Amino acid sequence: MRFRVSVVVFPGSNCDRDALHAAEAVMGAEARFVWHQERDLARPDLVILPGGFSYGDYLRCGAMARFSPVMESVVAYAERGGAVLGICNGFQVLCEAGLLPGVLLQNAGLRFVCREVRIRVESTQTPFTAAVPRGTVLRMPVAHGDGNWNAAPEVLRDLEAHDQVVFRYVGAGGDRAPGATPNGSMDDVAGVRNRRGNVLGLMPHPERAAEAILGSEDGARLFASFVRSAAGAAA
Amino acid sequence: MKLQITVIPRAGILDPQGKAIASALGRLGYTAVHAVRAGKVFRVEIDAADRESAREAGAAMARTLLANPVIEDFEVEVVD
Repeated sequence: MRFRVSVVVFPGSNCDRDALHAAEAVMGAEARFVWHQERDLARPDLVILPGGFSYGDYLRCGAMARFSPVMESVVAYAERGGAVLGICNGFQVLCEAGLLPGVLLQNAGLRFVCREVRIRVESTQTPFTAAVPRGTVLRMPVAHGDGNWNAAPEVLRDLEAHDQVVFRYVGAGGDRAPGATPNGSMDDVAGVRNRRGNVLGLMPHPERAAEAILGSEDGARLFASFVRSAAGAAA
Repeated sequence: MKLQITVIPRAGILDPQGKAIASALGRLGYTAVHAVRAGKVFRVEIDAADRESAREAGAAMARTLLANPVIEDFEVEVVD
């Protein structure tokens, strides 16, 4: 049976087609869009909250999207153990919804940052990195104005104690380095997972680095890892 | 009734906007300024039986939507 991916579309989402394309072309999935006013996620194996500027980023990034009808279904789905991937604005929505810890503040440099970054896999306790060795450095782009991940120091300590920091920004050598983090994120955090590992959020865009024509195929490794984990779980 | 709800970044939370404003004020010669925190103000018109219930409704709105309790504090005032 083919793998099913649902990509949530909020008014203002703009990476939804890229995510759908990656799901179809890279994961080989049967993918569909789910509009923010729908409640039926269509029995997915994976829900992707894509990048963009949901609801114009009014109030705070992700704050309005959190209260859309579809998010009630996404929260219930995640609480049942369903897999959810939040990319960029999708990560912001997951933090606002309380599915992931912390918050994404305005970039420390106050500017929108659009460039390639390197991120290092810090945890493999999620299906998205289960098949990517710890320490692997992945190249993919960021494009955001509010990607400065922050949390209370005790929250960060707790995340580290439970291996929930999944990605950190690193320099060309693969080590944490001054200037490697594009947005001022606390402790160079680029992506985190929930305790159970079924919900992952990250600011960089794996769907924009998933095919050779895009300049990097590193993002495809997350999708391939997920497919492999899901196939293993079904077997 | 009218409410004024002020949302402000919590002490200790990085506020890039406030920092930028503080340094601009310093450049303008306001050298006595040592910190600025930038927040948001909401004026809400609401039907309520009395001031206390209006204030409670405002606090509930702030907790659920207007403020993110992870990073922001809020104050609710009944203005008239």
